[in-house]
Amino acid sequence: MIGDPFAWVYEQLTALLLSLGMTAVWAQTTLRFLGAAVLATVLLVSTFFLIWGERKLLARLQDRLGPNRVGPWGMFQTVADFVKLIGKEIIVPTHADKAVYLLAPLLVVLSVIGIWAVVPLAPGVVGTDLEVGVLYIVGIGAVGTLGIMMAGWSSHNKYALIGAFRSVAQLVSYEVPMVLVLLVPVILASSMSLVGIVEAQAGMWFIVMAPVAALVYLITSIAENGRAPFDLLEGESEIVAGFNVEYSALAFGMFFVAEFLHSLTIGAVVATLFLGGWRGPGAEAYPLLGFIYFLLKTLAVWLVIVWIRGTLPRVRIDQMLGFNWKFLTPIALGILMLTALVDKLAAAAGWNRTLVLVLANGVALVVILGFVQGYARRQRRRDQAHPVSVEAAPAALL
Amino acid sequence: MEPLKLIFLVTGAVTLLSALMVVTARKLVHAALWLVLTLAAVSVLFVLLNAPFLAVVQVVIYIGAIAILIIFAVMLTRRSMEDTGPQTSRRWWLAGLIAVVLFAAIVLLVVSHPAVSAALPGAVPPDSVQQLGLGLVSVNAYVLPFELASVLLLAALIGASFVARPPEAAAEGGEE
Repeated sequence: MIGDPFAWVYEQLTALLLSLGMTAVWAQTTLRFLGAAVLATVLLVSTFFLIWGERKLLARLQDRLGPNRVGPWGMFQTVADFVKLIGKEIIVPTHADKAVYLLAPLLVVLSVIGIWAVVPLAPGVVGTDLEVGVLYIVGIGAVGTLGIMMAGWSSHNKYALIGAFRSVAQLVSYEVPMVLVLLVPVILASSMSLVGIVEAQAGMWFIVMAPVAALVYLITSIAENGRAPFDLLEGESEIVAGFNVEYSALAFGMFFVAEFLHSLTIGAVVATLFLGGWRGPGAEAYPLLGFIYFLLKTLAVWLVIVWIRGTLPRVRIDQMLGFNWKFLTPIALGILMLTALVDKLAAAAGWNRTLVLVLANGVALVVILGFVQGYARRQRRRDQAHPVSVEAAPAALL
Repeated sequence: MEPLKLIFLVTGAVTLLSALMVVTARKLVHAALWLVLTLAAVSVLFVLLNAPFLAVVQVVIYIGAIAILIIFAVMLTRRSMEDTGPQTSRRWWLAGLIAVVLFAAIVLLVVSHPAVSAALPGAVPPDSVQQLGLGLVSVNAYVLPFELASVLLLAALIGASFVARPPEAAAEGGEE
């Protein structure tokens, strides 16, 4: 019981439900729904501390104190904000499409929480071991895009609509390299199930075998999250608040929660796909230890995401699209083919798989960095020859 | 009643009702959103049939790509969105009759098919995704249609980027 509280709780609850006169199948189904509800609630409540932690970290990065009034170290600042949001009125604009307008924030939150259904939290503890878990992550992300579009359209506001177009352009574009690099851990594990991918990392974490893919995945998921440096979904000077400009109170809070929870979710997915998930010394014997490892890895990736947000300036819309289509997509395609080829070659020739893949990734990194350096040099030379003129192109707003 | 049966009945009802709403909704965006619900419910049916790959692909392609494309197109044409005319034509009873006859014919055909009365194959093999993948690249199976589809998609991709290209960029010879 000490090492494996998950199985213990499950057995106790099953016994309780059976003693209430349920059949075994119904007890199992009830527990499934209960588990989903508990997981979703814990995640939503954890957002209180996520937002507080992110604000504190950002403040430290920017040489400020951050929230420090409510509770110890300002810990309950988010709770106070939440109470304020509850007290406000959810305003529906006059010509808005009410049902769609109110449904949109729920879909956005659903798309984030849904990912956790397939993430293995500890050995043997997973919502459902879906055979196609990686594809499911992509699919559930599409629901979020749909929600953003519904929010922008139903608000009956031009800024919201333009913001929604912009978001969809960003989200759909960055999905392309994201899906491509997601195939790299699938190739290495020869499994699409997240449990299978964690199991395949018993010998070596995939971040060692596929560092380029891990980096591209991190960048694209930050863009999918729409946070700095890719926070173009919001732009006070261009499109006001973007697709959620009309939302108030808890309806707005839902978008807010989804954004902050998404960064933790990215951490969990990166930890699972590239950092070995719950793997660590003694994790198999004591699942609780595995859960702690998983949490630490997730928080480490989350910290990097916050750090990036606090450090990098935001990109322009043309830079955002150019970076995706002219830089990340070719890299993702190249690294996918390289990994598949090198992995097969190594298996056929009997070489050390890790060593060969590290070498291949190193070569790829050198080539990419050389290309970036050359591009920057050419760009600088061009800028010196023709000083940049700011063109007011209305199309750039989209 | 078994929980799976209950879930199946609820999903079936949702599928039918939302499909009905697709054709009766007056606003085009609402119709598109009901279509999303229909397709999502169909993907739940795939899950119940032990076909998770088809279920997820259903979501990725139909909701992630096609439904978003439909809604995008509808959103860009704000004027022609609301249908105010009558929703049935004068000959609606004739159309209904033909639909019922066709549906009955399909049901009869399906029921008389030997596969319906045949015993269910045992459990679904655990590595069905792998078998599907092997089927797509194996010379004895579907490699030719698979490759033809890829070439078709590539042609569509090239065509789309050619159409989207602004004329002045073509004259300059592809300036970045």
